[in-house]
Amino acid sequence: MAALMEAQLPLRAVNNKIRVDGVSRHFPSGHGGQLAALENINLEVLPGEFLCIVGPSGCGKSTLLHLIAGLDRPSTGEIWIDGRKVLEPGPDRILLFQELGLFPWLTARENVEFGLRQKGVNTKERREQAGYYLDLVHLSQFEEHHPHQLSGGMKQRVALARALAMQPDVLLMDEPFAALDAQTRDLLHDELERVWRETGQTIIFVTHNVREAVRLGDRVLVLSYRPGRIKTKFSISLARPRHIEDPEVASMSKKVLGHLREEIDKSVRAEFHHEQFA
Amino acid sequence: MNNLRKIARQVGFYAFVLALWQSLVLLKLWPPYVFPTPASVFEALRIGFSDHTFWIGIGVSLKRMLVGYALSVILGGALGLLLAHSDFLEETLGRLVVSVQSMPSICWLPLAILWFGLSEKAILFVVVMGSLLSISINVEAGLRNVPRIYAMAGRNLGASGARLFLYVLLPASLPHLVSGLKQGWAFAWRSLLAGEMIFVSLGLGQLLMMGRDLNDISQVVAVMVVIILIGFAVDGLVFRVVERNLRRKWGLSSAA
Repeated sequence: MAALMEAQLPLRAVNNKIRVDGVSRHFPSGHGGQLAALENINLEVLPGEFLCIVGPSGCGKSTLLHLIAGLDRPSTGEIWIDGRKVLEPGPDRILLFQELGLFPWLTARENVEFGLRQKGVNTKERREQAGYYLDLVHLSQFEEHHPHQLSGGMKQRVALARALAMQPDVLLMDEPFAALDAQTRDLLHDELERVWRETGQTIIFVTHNVREAVRLGDRVLVLSYRPGRIKTKFSISLARPRHIEDPEVASMSKKVLGHLREEIDKSVRAEFHHEQFA
Repeated sequence: MNNLRKIARQVGFYAFVLALWQSLVLLKLWPPYVFPTPASVFEALRIGFSDHTFWIGIGVSLKRMLVGYALSVILGGALGLLLAHSDFLEETLGRLVVSVQSMPSICWLPLAILWFGLSEKAILFVVVMGSLLSISINVEAGLRNVPRIYAMAGRNLGASGARLFLYVLLPASLPHLVSGLKQGWAFAWRSLLAGEMIFVSLGLGQLLMMGRDLNDISQVVAVMVVIILIGFAVDGLVFRVVERNLRRKWGLSSAA
């Protein structure tokens, strides 16, 4: 049975893996003003939790992940991981970019090895681990290919292997499967869920696809449109493994979508307005 | 198969150029001391190579090129790094560099002669000034145009500082760097030949001027042919190969 409830603050606040504390991020906008991408985000993520964030485009989802990854600094507020303040990127939390960011001058294997090399892992071990993770995403045949020789879905999987190979405590995923066909995405959902259960990683997964969020997440957060605020938190207590076509997933998605629809409308209106009068 | 056809096409083209040249000669529009025959140019080439003057000229010029170009690459590379690193330098010195680069390198010659006299140093100075700035402009552009995502991905995977530069920024800007080096070579080559014309420098530039002094049009054209062939060889054997490999590796184009 799908249980819809406004999630309570976790009681064991001390044991949080990630704590986002009153975080805002403003960007300078064109005319000397400020654009608030995120406004007063408070969020606690438990160790091993799979948290999904949905929101309309322009709600600051990616910005939040960049902040947690340490690639960007909040304008106000703080982010804590394992009780340590995030000041810079770290190998304990790896972001899987929406644009992937695979290095075109390296082969698939070398891309996966890149982070291990920065960690100082020796050549032999690097090779083994890269081989293992490429095998995990079913790309062992394509180890020596360069990114441009791979299809969109394959590139996505290389990027996933590159992130997983770092064995991060926290995996941050920014719409990683948005560009994939439905079959490949289904497959990768299963793979990701399996890896997650095996490793006990904490995952924050950003998507605009509500079905995907409900299929994967322990919790689903809805962000509002500009400035991005947390609008609603849903706990998803459906039994795993789930499938995206499960009727329970569908009915839960409908509820989440109800909350999201209003924000999407706002974002579409804003874009329309922008086109008309900009 | 395709390559053979390409070669055949090239051979055919040059045969046509030679035939056109020979037929212009046969029309006797100009006296032979103004318009040489292909045969007299070949003869000048044969003599030039057999009495070693051309070999010496090539050797001297290429040695100067290597020294001057190496200096340009080192200094220009360093300047490019500085300009890419600092917005302040880019806005001040960077603007100046672009304006100075727009000046033909031959304009450095009078200054070089006043500073260094008619000497080896004067020629090297002109070569370096002719190519250094174009290299630094390209290095800067290459580094500044590295897509942000690569730097972010690199930092995300634990690279920072010198490692980020070495493993991400440098390879990411390689296509730009190679075209900068190629352009720098072309500028250096032009500056060198201009510089070599000013005094008895033994280089190819001087051989050209010697041909003029002796009123020997065949030698002038023969030396020009040598200069063109060297440019062709460096472009075809060095830069083209590097660029082709780069393109294939990066998938920048499907062209062979």
